[in-house]
Amino acid sequence: MRFAAHVEVRLRPGIADPESATIERALPALGFDDVSSMTTGRSFRFELEADSAEAAQSRAEALATQLLANPVMEDAQVSVSVGVG
Amino acid sequence: MAPLVGVVVFPGTNCEHDVVTAFELVGAQTRFLWHGERSVGDVDAVVIPGGFAHGDYLRPGAIARFSPVMEAVAEFAGSGGPVVGICNGFQVLTEAGLLPGALGKNSGLRFMCVPTTVTIASARSVLTSGVAVGSELTLPLNNFDGNYVCDDRVLDELRGEDRIVLRYTDNPNGSTDDIAGICNQGRNVVGLMPHPERASSELTGSADGLVLLRSLLSVAVG
Repeated sequence: MRFAAHVEVRLRPGIADPESATIERALPALGFDDVSSMTTGRSFRFELEADSAEAAQSRAEALATQLLANPVMEDAQVSVSVGVG
Repeated sequence: MAPLVGVVVFPGTNCEHDVVTAFELVGAQTRFLWHGERSVGDVDAVVIPGGFAHGDYLRPGAIARFSPVMEAVAEFAGSGGPVVGICNGFQVLTEAGLLPGALGKNSGLRFMCVPTTVTIASARSVLTSGVAVGSELTLPLNNFDGNYVCDDRVLDELRGEDRIVLRYTDNPNGSTDDIAGICNQGRNVVGLMPHPERASSELTGSADGLVLLRSLLSVAVG
């Protein structure tokens, strides 16, 4: 079966995230002084062939932790769904 | 015989000629090790220079670690061979799992290209064996991702085992515990963010890096 996978990689809580902090600091100038807790990350989408949703999930998680995220600094959220991305 | 230093070149590496020039200045022979090579040959030491290996795509060092030469470098390191990663080379060594931790974005979110002062924190590594603890060196820093990050367990280990080899005197990038360079448990693999090879001549500002290069050569004699 064909699955569509989505991996979102973000810095782990507690790891300095100067990029998000810089974005947040810029917001009040646009009138968005009600925004806080900004985080940024990367999103990866791909398709994979697997026998079941569980197998697809576990393959995508393996790919996420072995390459797409660096577990020292980053967390990966992985989701898969049947069909093409 | 002068020790032979293998200088790893990935697509996007850009400090290999500086490294070669500086090591030849202190009496080494050098040869390039292309990223596709599956052996490091008969080199006495390996240096992974700075640059943007594989374009730094995904994360610095993330793709470089899959290059065939890295398996050979890991084998060389595993048998006790001296390996030094400078700047991007340090990032490659952490991604390859040869050194713990990771290098995140500089806390000021700027690419930094400045001379920086570092203190020798341990002389028990292949790169610092010839320098007294407490010595201060001025070395150029040239990176975007130089902020050393590790969890508390790794930090305790690094401190407890005297594996922090260089510290910034005025931490410019937010690095944990002012760390500018560390070594592995065997003390034969060292990664550092500043560039000793770019401080190899008074004519260009500083020759402070030479003591580090000489230390490496003194342990690399085959």
